[in-house]
Amino acid sequence: MTIHFVREMEHLHRDILSMCSAVEELINDAVDGLKHRRSELAQEVSGRDREVDEWDIRIEEECLKILALYHPVANDLRRVAVVMKITAELERVADLAVSIAERSAGIALYGEFPMPARLAEMTREALSMLHDSIDAFVEQNAAAARKVCQRDEHVDNLNSQLIDEVVVMMKQRPDLVEPGLHLFSVIRHVERVADHATNIAEDVVYLVEGAIIRHPRLHRRSGASATGGA
Amino acid sequence: MPTLSSGNVPPSVAGVDRDLDMSAHPAAIEARHLDFYYGEHQVLFDVSLTVPERSVTALIGPSGCGKSTFLRTLNRMNDLIEGSRCQGEILVEGQNIMEPAVDVVLLRKHVGMVFQKSTPFPKSIFDNVAYGPRVAGEKNRAVLADLVESCLRKAALWEEVKDRLTTSAMSLSGGQQQRLCIARTLATDPRIILMDEPASALDPASTDRIENLIGELCANYTIVIVTHNMQQASRVSHQTAFFYKGKLIESGPTMKIFTHPSEKKTEDYITGRFG
Repeated sequence: MTIHFVREMEHLHRDILSMCSAVEELINDAVDGLKHRRSELAQEVSGRDREVDEWDIRIEEECLKILALYHPVANDLRRVAVVMKITAELERVADLAVSIAERSAGIALYGEFPMPARLAEMTREALSMLHDSIDAFVEQNAAAARKVCQRDEHVDNLNSQLIDEVVVMMKQRPDLVEPGLHLFSVIRHVERVADHATNIAEDVVYLVEGAIIRHPRLHRRSGASATGGA
Repeated sequence: MPTLSSGNVPPSVAGVDRDLDMSAHPAAIEARHLDFYYGEHQVLFDVSLTVPERSVTALIGPSGCGKSTFLRTLNRMNDLIEGSRCQGEILVEGQNIMEPAVDVVLLRKHVGMVFQKSTPFPKSIFDNVAYGPRVAGEKNRAVLADLVESCLRKAALWEEVKDRLTTSAMSLSGGQQQRLCIARTLATDPRIILMDEPASALDPASTDRIENLIGELCANYTIVIVTHNMQQASRVSHQTAFFYKGKLIESGPTMKIFTHPSEKKTEDYITGRFG
């Protein structure tokens, strides 16, 4: 193993951590803007999303360079593959942060629009899942990652309940259909954040154990998939 | 309709399905508790390895780990080394080749070998390929001509040499000479082919031809290959066995060994952390 390869991997690790941090901050701010009805946040979040896009491209280029020049295998290969996948998930989370901020601005126009109580619980849980999945990646902790995956169902349930609430509200208050639709989108976006956190957690399990745990109902052959294949 | 079957996975080289279910293949070779000594110096320790029929098994490991010694035990080439001795069993298609009664000439006919350095005889291309069958008693010119053509085709060399079969084999390039040696090995109708770093002295294009050839030959032959080139092992083999200090550390499907090996020693070696 060349010292150049070690340096490239260390550099890649630093960059993915920076991207994790930037995206977590972005989604937290977007949710905070929703909570405090800060309509001015949308533009700022959108500007910071462009920085995340730059991270996305830069990290992908780093990964491709490592694959092309060093042909990593085993743990190194899994790490590069997982970084590429996690980068894509993070980039999507940043896009969702922008969408949440834009929808929040739409809701903010309606002053005292009533927010469902469970929305705070749902956003808290989704952001916590994202944080924990990133922690699991940093610590290479498959057990912690599996716990994140198990929490997705709770967010899905909250999503269904909240959507039902919004539909009832819009039927009862036709004057609130427009902010209701904004809220509907916010709920869907938050639910997607939890999905991306779950995907990151699944990638962490692959990184640590070499096992692909997506789509557990699919029968997988031993060797390439169930025990280690990419 | 696309399915998750291995048929949808592009092979790395022609013929090598990397997700091949080797459990469906009967064993061509079974080494059991093999110890090997050069004089008092033990170089293999309790090696047990099964090589599935019609597959490619790559033996990897740092220099001096015993992989070439193991390869040479499979057709008793080590018998030629004075003071060497072997304990344990090697079953080739069910027969223990360690037994004294085994005819080693016949064994080597069935278990052919290709070496690191191409070793053409200073004869014509035709005579190189026809050498084995002639020694075995074949004299019919037409039969020999058919056999030479067939073997040169299998070795992917026919189109390049069909118009100059009577010229010296020494005039061929290094890559062509190596494929000629493979054709010569095929001419004795082996079922197993042992290859000891067959492409290590070749340029990338010639190496590619040899690797593609391995991918095609494994449809009909069992191949065991020693290589120092990790990428070559991962490209051409179904199964990989990692040797270290005379011990078989780990063996398994190549895909698993190169994505998620079970042993840390294997991981450290294939990722270049030592060796």
